[in-house]
Amino acid sequence: MTSPKLLEVRNLRVEFPTRRGTLVAVDDVSLDIAAGEVLGVVGESGAGKSMTGAAIIGLLEPPGRIAAGEIRLEGRRIDNLPYNEMRKIRGRQIGAIFQDPLTSLNPLYKVGDQLIETILTHLPLTQAQARDRAVKLLEDVGIPSASERINHYPHQFSGGMRQRVVIALALAAEPKLIIADEPTTALDVSIQAQIITLLKRLCREHGTAVMLVTHDMGVIAETADRVAVMYAGRIAEIGPVQDVIKRPHHPYTIGLMGAIPTMTHKVERLTQIDGSMPRLNAIPKGCAFNPRCPKAFDRCYRDRPDPMPAGNSLAACWLVEEKAHV
Amino acid sequence: MVQAVLVMLAVAFIAFTMFNFVGDPVAIMAGQDLPAEQRVELRKTLGLDDPTPVRFARFVANAAQGQFGLSYRTTEPVGRMILDRLPATLELSLIAVLVALVIGIPMGVFSGLYPHHWISRAMMTVSLIGISLPTFLIGILLILIFAVMLGWLPSFGRGDTVKIGFWTTGFLTVSGWKAIILPSITLGLFQMTLIMRLVRSEMLEVLRTDYIKFARARGLTNRAVHFGHALKNTLVPVITITGLQLGSIIAFAIITETVFSWPGVGLLFLQSVQAVDIPVMAAYLVLIGLLFVLINLIVDVLYFVVDPRLRSQGAKAGAK
Ligand SMILES: Nc1ncnc2c1ncn2[C@@H]1O[C@H](COP(=O)(O)OP(=O)(O)O)[C@@H](O)[C@H]1O
Ligand code: SF4
Ligand SMILES: [Mg+2]
Repeated sequence: MTSPKLLEVRNLRVEFPTRRGTLVAVDDVSLDIAAGEVLGVVGESGAGKSMTGAAIIGLLEPPGRIAAGEIRLEGRRIDNLPYNEMRKIRGRQIGAIFQDPLTSLNPLYKVGDQLIETILTHLPLTQAQARDRAVKLLEDVGIPSASERINHYPHQFSGGMRQRVVIALALAAEPKLIIADEPTTALDVSIQAQIITLLKRLCREHGTAVMLVTHDMGVIAETADRVAVMYAGRIAEIGPVQDVIKRPHHPYTIGLMGAIPTMTHKVERLTQIDGSMPRLNAIPKGCAFNPRCPKAFDRCYRDRPDPMPAGNSLAACWLVEEKAHV
Repeated sequence: MVQAVLVMLAVAFIAFTMFNFVGDPVAIMAGQDLPAEQRVELRKTLGLDDPTPVRFARFVANAAQGQFGLSYRTTEPVGRMILDRLPATLELSLIAVLVALVIGIPMGVFSGLYPHHWISRAMMTVSLIGISLPTFLIGILLILIFAVMLGWLPSFGRGDTVKIGFWTTGFLTVSGWKAIILPSITLGLFQMTLIMRLVRSEMLEVLRTDYIKFARARGLTNRAVHFGHALKNTLVPVITITGLQLGSIIAFAIITETVFSWPGVGLLFLQSVQAVDIPVMAAYLVLIGLLFVLINLIVDVLYFVVDPRLRSQGAKAGAK
């Protein structure tokens, strides 16, 4: 790899202890993000995408916890930091954007005050400087007459405008990485593309890396440098976006790509493969995809495949090994 | 506003009916041996023979000026009697509410932030006792411990008071402050546990919201997240409940005032019920109705101060 790694996730395991035993929401996930790189993350609902993101930013909600593995930011281990150390990283090094802009902003505070508060938490500026920066940020995310709008409350903005404010908040202290968890799912279809374009432009300008969680393969194709496909808490396939889209190796990815329509109608959900993902407490032995896999063979019911090199990608499928040996 | 006026008219109507159907005022005032023609005369001067709507209008007009006639029991003007007693009740209620808020909110915040901490569990258990014990029992227990056994605090009365205009206050003397401690705790305890439980459950709810998650994701300090963002969002329901409770505190002061012989309107009301002193009862009813209405108006105003969403709706509604 040429570029140094900004984020390294190694063998991450996220567990939820429950009364009926421990649920493993994220199982042995490894991934890297280089500085300025956009990593797309796709997978059906419940695949563990959000939990991976929450673990990286240190906001897993109890009882969820990191049970194994490690997370490094610029080589420094961050998964076991004390609360206040990790807090200083949030917002300053790693930002986050969540799904629903309507509920991400505190309704009782002006957007300007929320921006200024965030800026002053991380940067050594005066109140006036922070205010100027807040106006500048709102302008950057395309909010007209920003110096007035700064005094408005969240409810005075439309959904799309609110998500722009959320993006401004996430970028307020110039983090190196943004975790964007389905940033447009809750928005009107007509503004989804605008928001993605904005996010892409801002991150390119600031050199911010993005972990972009989405259901939309079209967005991935246009935005991401690399893509990780998750299934039942694990990585099924990860690699450069063109490889994964044009030359998928994992049968699940192949199914997904079959489900991508042409670029003209994009909003397809990833549900076109027969059957559904197993629940966490009923993951089959061997390959978790085996009940739905058209190519499953005996070994798939015995052993669980780990991601293994397949072209430029890694794919967790025994077929890859078979092919290599043939 | 219209609603407030309607509510007051309804309360006045109930008070008015009480006047008319509970006993014959002439019989009560004049005694048995008044000749029949003089009774008729008296009925006329009192306006008792006018049609009901006219009499109701007169009642409302007088009530609006604070005139409820003379007490059957003491023959003093009822308005004066009430006004003399009102400061005692209002001071007691005010301190009770402050006690409830100043202790209840921090306890609620703590047990909302750390629901599994043993202190939180202890507070929840104790608050259950606070909710289930009847007020008079709490009052008597407090008297037993702090007045009878320890002898630290007085068990009845207001202590020394100072008169400022029509207002007699106990806030300016040491004995006044000592006297108000036990009754205000008795009166405020229930509200305190209520507010604590309310703040706790609101806090737990708010801490789960997306905007709190997002505030954490921006790296804000715990203090900013908990007290800046979370607490302020719990205040809207707390204001509502406190407002509603302030009304019932004043109304339920009857029991506390009786237990502590506190010379307020509640005690006056109870004495009047025993003496079937209808004018005083009617005036008390109207007064309590008025307080409820006023408190509701204040609560509405406070909403606007706290919640900007209502502010903009209100501005639109106001412009119409
Ligand atoms: N509080 C919880 N207790 C138990 N399981 C949970 C909890 N929260 C999430 N999960 C499980 O974790 C898994 C991964 O969830 P998530 O990461 O949100 O999926 P995605 O974002 O890919 O849709 C899901 O199967 C979900 O059921
Ligand atoms: S390991 Fe087997 S079951 Fe799993 S995806 Fe590959 S072929 Fe299908
Ligand atoms: Mg999710």
